[in-house]
Parts: sequence; C-alpha cells; structure tokens
Amino acid sequence: MKMIKNSIGRLVPEEVPGLGKLAPYAGPFSRVINSDYQAPRMAAPMKAVPPTRSKVVEDIKTAIKNSGLENGMTISFHHHLRNGDAVLPLVMSALDEMGFKDLTIAPSSLTDAHNCVADYVRKGVISRIFTSGVRGEVGKMISAGELEIPAVIRSHGGRARSIEEGSAAIDVAFLGAPACDPLGNMTGAMGKSACGSLGYAQVDAAYARHVVAVTDNLVDYPLMPKISIPQYLVNQVVVIDSLGDPKKIASGAARITRNPVDLKVAENAYKLVVASELLAPGCSFQVGAGGASLAVAKYVREYMKEKGIKGSFGLGGITGYMVQMLEDGLFEALFDVQSFDADVQHSLLDNPRHMEIDQSWYANPINRGCQVHNLDVVILAALDMDVDFNVNVMTGNNGILRGASGGHSDTAAGAKLSIVVAPAFRGGVPSIKEQVQTVVTPGETVDAIVTERGICINPNRKDLLELAAAAKLPVKDIHDLKAEVEKLTGTPEPVEFDTDRVVALVEYRDGTIIDSVYKVK
Amino acid sequence: MIKRTAQAGTLESSDCVVTVSPGKGINLDYRGANAMLFQKRTHTLVETLLKQKGIGDADIQIQDQGALEPTMVARISTALARASKEA
Amino acid sequence: MAKLTRSMIYIPGNSPSMIQNCPAFGADSVLLDLEDAVALAEKDAARDLVCNFLSFMDFGDMMVTVRINAADTPYFETDLTAVVPCKPHAIRIPKCQSAEDVLRADRIMTEAEKANGIPEGTVKIHAMIETARGIEQAFQVATASPRVTALTLGGQDLTADLGVQKTKEGDELFYGRTRVITAAKAAGIGAFDTVWADVNDNEGLLEETKRMVGLGFTGKAAIHPGQVETIHKGFAPDEKEVAKARRIVAAAEEAEREGKGVVAVDGRMVDAPVVKRAHHLIELAKSCGMEGA
Repeated sequence: MKMIKNSIGRLVPEEVPGLGKLAPYAGPFSRVINSDYQAPRMAAPMKAVPPTRSKVVEDIKTAIKNSGLENGMTISFHHHLRNGDAVLPLVMSALDEMGFKDLTIAPSSLTDAHNCVADYVRKGVISRIFTSGVRGEVGKMISAGELEIPAVIRSHGGRARSIEEGSAAIDVAFLGAPACDPLGNMTGAMGKSACGSLGYAQVDAAYARHVVAVTDNLVDYPLMPKISIPQYLVNQVVVIDSLGDPKKIASGAARITRNPVDLKVAENAYKLVVASELLAPGCSFQVGAGGASLAVAKYVREYMKEKGIKGSFGLGGITGYMVQMLEDGLFEALFDVQSFDADVQHSLLDNPRHMEIDQSWYANPINRGCQVHNLDVVILAALDMDVDFNVNVMTGNNGILRGASGGHSDTAAGAKLSIVVAPAFRGGVPSIKEQVQTVVTPGETVDAIVTERGICINPNRKDLLELAAAAKLPVKDIHDLKAEVEKLTGTPEPVEFDTDRVVALVEYRDGTIIDSVYKVK
Repeated sequence: MIKRTAQAGTLESSDCVVTVSPGKGINLDYRGANAMLFQKRTHTLVETLLKQKGIGDADIQIQDQGALEPTMVARISTALARASKEA
Repeated sequence: MAKLTRSMIYIPGNSPSMIQNCPAFGADSVLLDLEDAVALAEKDAARDLVCNFLSFMDFGDMMVTVRINAADTPYFETDLTAVVPCKPHAIRIPKCQSAEDVLRADRIMTEAEKANGIPEGTVKIHAMIETARGIEQAFQVATASPRVTALTLGGQDLTADLGVQKTKEGDELFYGRTRVITAAKAAGIGAFDTVWADVNDNEGLLEETKRMVGLGFTGKAAIHPGQVETIHKGFAPDEKEVAKARRIVAAAEEAEREGKGVVAVDGRMVDAPVVKRAHHLIELAKSCGMEGA
C-alpha cells in the first residue's frame, strides 16, 4: 500500500484494495470553501410497491429473502438503541444462518451491544465495516488485524455524505422502529423501546435501495402524532418481541457530574466561553452527554438566566438538561439528531420547538448548509490531545480501537469556538501528548484545550488569547502544561504499531483521509 | 538492607501496591493498566531510588492502579523502610 | 495583600487521589492530614506520601499546611523533621495548651531548617486549640513564637474535653471561639474555625460560616470539596454593605481633602472606627473577587 503524507503530516494510503482510490486530507474546508468539489447524488432507483394495507412480513428471514440481498452487498443499521440494541445482533444472526458472506455493514456506529460483529467477521459473513465508532471485541479484533480490508471510520456528517454520494451505497437498511404502523410510518419518540430522535436512520431510509422496519410496537394506521420516517421510504415491516433493553436504550436523566476535577474543568471552560463574548442574545451551543462537557451547561444556564440572555438554538446530542433549558426559555429551538436520555422523548413529541433533524442536516459539509456550520460554541470531550491541538477519540492508551468519531470533527470545524475539555491526566497517564496516536479532529479546528490545571489556547487564535488574558484566566502554553503534567506522571512510551498493516482509516467529514490506524504489535 | 518482605500502598484508584522482599541484585516486576506505557520510566525510577538509599539487593513488585510518580516513590520508600526493619 | 484563607480543605494524608486532585477543589488553602485521618499502621506511609507531593507537585496559589501528630505520640518528632524540609507554608500542631507546646515544636523546626539550609522561621505554625486549658492559654500560645501565624479551633475535641455535646447551634463553643478570635487578633494573627460535619447540610454550613465571619474568624475548615463554594459564599460581604462602605470611605477621603475633622455620610456623623471597618470590608470584598469592589 503506497502511503503519502496529508496536509497535517499523517501517512495515509492513496488506494486500498477493497475500498478504491482515496484522497488525502487537505484542510478542514478544502472541499467546502473556494472549491469546485461536487459529487453526484446516488439515490436508490424508483421502484413501486403495489398498493397494500400491510407491509408486515412473518419474520426477519422472510424480510431478508424479499429484500434481494446478496453476498457482497451493503447493509445498514442505526445505533439509536445504543447499548440496548437487539436489532443488529438479531439480523446478523439470521444472515449468518442463511449463509450470507462478504457483506459490508454500515451502521451509524457500533456499541457495546454489538460484540457479535467480531465473530461474524471471523466467520466471513462480514468483510467490510463502515462505522463512526468501534468498541469492545470489535475494536480488539480490528486492532489485531483480523479484518482484511481496513475499516472506515466516519464522522456523523461524513456518514451522511458517504451515503448521499454513494461511497456507502446501502442495499438494505434494517431500521429499529420503536413505534411503527403496518405501512412503515415510524418514529423513535414513542413505545416501550423509545429512543427519541431517529436522525441517524433518516438518511439511510432516504437513500437505501430497500428498507426494512423492525419494530416491537406495531400500532394502528396511521402512526400519530409523529412520523419520523414516512411509509413511502419503507418496503417491509417485521414485528419482533423486543428491540432491546429499555434501561440501556434510554438511560436515566443525564445528571451533572459531582466529580470535583470534572467540575473544575467545566468551570474553566465556562469562564473561557464567557470571556469569548459569544454568550450573547441569539447564541447557539452544543455540549456533550456527561462529565465535564455536560457540566459546562450548568454554568452557562445560570449565566444566561442571570443576564436574561435568550439563545437561538441548542444542538446535539440532546440530553434532558438541554430540554430543561429549552423549557426555561433559554433557546428558541433544539435541533436533535440523537436523544441521549429518557427525559428527552416527551419534549420531542410534545414541543414543536424541539426539532428532529437528520444526519445530513446535522453535519454533512457537502450540502447547502448543515447545522453545525451555524454553531457558536461546542464543548467536546477527548481521549487525548497533542501539542498541535489534534484530538484523538478513537484509540486507547494501548493502541486499541475503542471510541467513536461521532460529531467531534464536524462540530469542531463548524463552531466559532471549539473547546476540548479533559482532565490533565487520567489513571496516571497524561492527556496531552507530543503526538496523538490517531487524529480524528485536526488541531486547526480546535480553539482551546481546557483542563483543571490550565487553559491552552491555539496560537492561531490570537484574538481569543487576548480576551482570555484580559479576563485573567489561567492560560498556560500547551508545552508548559504538558511538561508540568509529565513531571507528575512521567512520560509514557509510545505504543508499538505494525506500520505495514493499516487496519482502519479515519475519514474526515469531507471524504478525505485524515489518519490511518495500524495493527498493534 | 532488606531483611524481610513488606508492603505499602493500596489497590485504590491512583495508588499502587509495592511489595519489597530480600533478593539478589535489583529485580523489578511492574504490573498494572499502565505497565505497557511506563516500563522504562518505572525501571529508571526504581533504580535511581534504590541507588539513593544505598540498596543493591531487593525484589520489588509494583501493582500500579494509575499512580503518579510522587505516589510511586512514596510507596516504594515506605515499603523499603518497612522491609529494612527487624523481622 | 495577604493570602486568602477563607476555606481550608482537609485532605487525608494517605490518599493519593485526594492529594493529587486538591488543586482542583477551589479552596484557598489545604490541610494535608497526618493525624486523625490516618490509621496508626499507615503513619509512615502518609508521611512519605505527603512529603513527596510537597516536593514534586505544584499546589498553585493555595496555602499548603500539614497537620502532624501530637507531641504525646511517637510520630511528633519524625513528622516535623521529615515535613519541614519540604517547606509547606505552615505546620499545624494539635493540642496546643501552653507556650511550651509551641516552643517544643519550634525548636525541632529550627533544627530541621538549619540542617537543610532553610532560613530560620520560614515554616510557620498554626496552633490548634482543642482543650479547655488550650482555650484559657490561647494568648500565650498565640504569642509563644514568631512562627505562629494562626490559631485554629478543634471543635470535636474541645467539646469532648468540656464534657458536652457538639451541637449545630454551637452555644457550647461560643466562649472557646470568641476567646480564640480575641487572642488571635490581640496577637495580630489569623483565626480558623472548626469543621461542619454534616456534608449534606450546606444551608447549615452557610449560616454557621456567616456567623463565624461575623465573630471574626478569618478561615473555616472544609471536609468535603462540595463545602468550599458554600464557605466562600459565607465570606462574601453583602453587596449593600459594600456599597455603603464605599460611600463611607469616599466621604472620609473628601473630609480629609477639605481639611474637615468630621465625616458625614447620609447625613449622619461617622467616626474613625467605622471608617476603619469600612476599609476592611472593601478589602475583604476585593479579595473575594466581588465586582466593582
């Protein structure tokens, strides 16, 4: 495999057997601003489904037979059922029993519920994986080099783009539907397995050649009061006992952390946001689902209430906390591509200002305007970062794949102020490295790295540095903070990789390749 | 001089358990979640510390739960002192 | 300006995770405890741990103090000789009941400083008063040595020594507290109040902190990071009071400029002690980071 250096100095392949020709990363907006870049839109062929009052079929295997799925084709799933998902394992088991081989799976992400995928790779059922995240057994399996063709890691926006342009051409999408009627109108906002927004499933439904709705809650026609994916995009409906474990699908309300270190990190990040002067009427922001990233919302909410500031929108990755802020009148709207906890569902259903948006609307950079491009502030978590402000959210300290690209690189590129929060060290290992193992979000899109021991501002943001200094914030040079931490932790030795063997590619949101993941020795 | 086996530290997060026993030469067994990342660092740390204290013979086992260096040095020092007491 | 000492977070000396994270707790000062928070079998381990962190970790702007074991334990001298060279800001001596209790420590500290090339008197003493005798001898303790820069009240032990219950209202500690404060002020040093044990009752903590600030304490103990913010709230002067204080100071400055002997604010005469208190309040407000103070 011939490797070339991309614009941030990472080695990436020019062409990969089984994936085709690739383009190296050339800057966050190389295909967006001052660019002629365009790609054909690869919609599914128009094909009628004869008039019927019910698309319900007997079982999964029947649906698979009817779908025209063949060896070598591409299937997809959404991961809105999170760690409680029973749909992917069920479908994969059926495909295995039916003797399918060489399938490409393109789920929006893989969770702890999807360890079975490792075995299906070993059995030859799956030969290519396109995903945002990799965990547990699947991560270990890929890092050990058991997947012949490198996995492709995509951000949320990148996945939408790849589906729309056809590089992830989905033949059959199996979409878990917490509430579904006999003609396939479906939503995630209701039902015993409710999961909230179906944002990651909507693009699949619009572009897949064949769509199978899998539900444990068949309702009378028509599904009301909310239809997230309409019947004209659905071919078949399968009814099963349970989409999964409701406790793991929709966790209890996300609580603000009480960990003092996380709270200090959050406080520092909040102070930087205030100093940036972006918390003004009409502001918009996005925070994470927990830890320091969510805790920032607590401080911001108090500030907005105190100063009487009304924002324009909250985006995400929506938790019950953001819903409370909407109900407090602190936002005009919430744009929801994924609902994180049970508290979000009632709002999605009842509040017209709580908008369900699809993955492309959320973050695809190659459309007429995705939501992240209007974001003022985003607070992002990270596994680790480096002195060039690059962020790794994919590979752990031992070099093994264990994270998700998600909306990280999308929001970092789009937001006016992108802040990455992390404790200065975790489990005795420093969070700031000389060079991260895997770049998911390039440093040129990260404005600040905030820890409990100091705030580091990207040298390309002299304006922010001035504002932070004027506000007397604990600003430190990133090299100094790294040295300060290493004085306590020691300097970790880099993990040894087999650089002849690329096991995964990290694709940037615009389709270029930003980094390669290698086999762990 | 190391006269007996002694231990210091706990298995709590951010701590480490250091076990010191009599031995020939300096033998270090370093384990834990960070063992891959800090082998060299820990070997150097132990060698330097033992040299400072004038100890040339000891078997040292460290079970690391993500300890910072001040913690590791402290636990090793305590274990060495305990192991140097009369049995 | 003197270092802020509103809150002092107590950290068990044998807990690496607590020590390494204490700069993040937001407290003005920290007490690394080798005494009550450490089991007898681990006194040596705690001493080694605290000394290593003192030598290798940056505690930021916090005032760092170490509570050693009392003179009637086998650890007293070893603690002092090990900790002093690590140069904490101060060492807290438990159970001070007389000037001699202070001087005993002072002598060992001087030897340790000499042996390590540290200027004599660098490491200070915070003397802990936790017995009836200690209360009666408070001024003697406060003035025993130039090292003594604060008296601290040990409420648990004091009430035990008095043979009474420690209550939330605190009537039983009133004399002890005011005596410690008065002695400290007479000696020109700080006075720190005892712990509020109920970590779930922050309202009670706020109320007590406000009362203690009203009595004259310059610092209060926090046994949990969650108490720090509440204590700081308790120290923050009332905004209306600060505004009034500014008017008083402005009037006093004007009177001086115009050569007038009498200061009038809001139509009423204001005498020297009131002006002095106003200055003090503004200083406190500034140090609490109050806007426009």
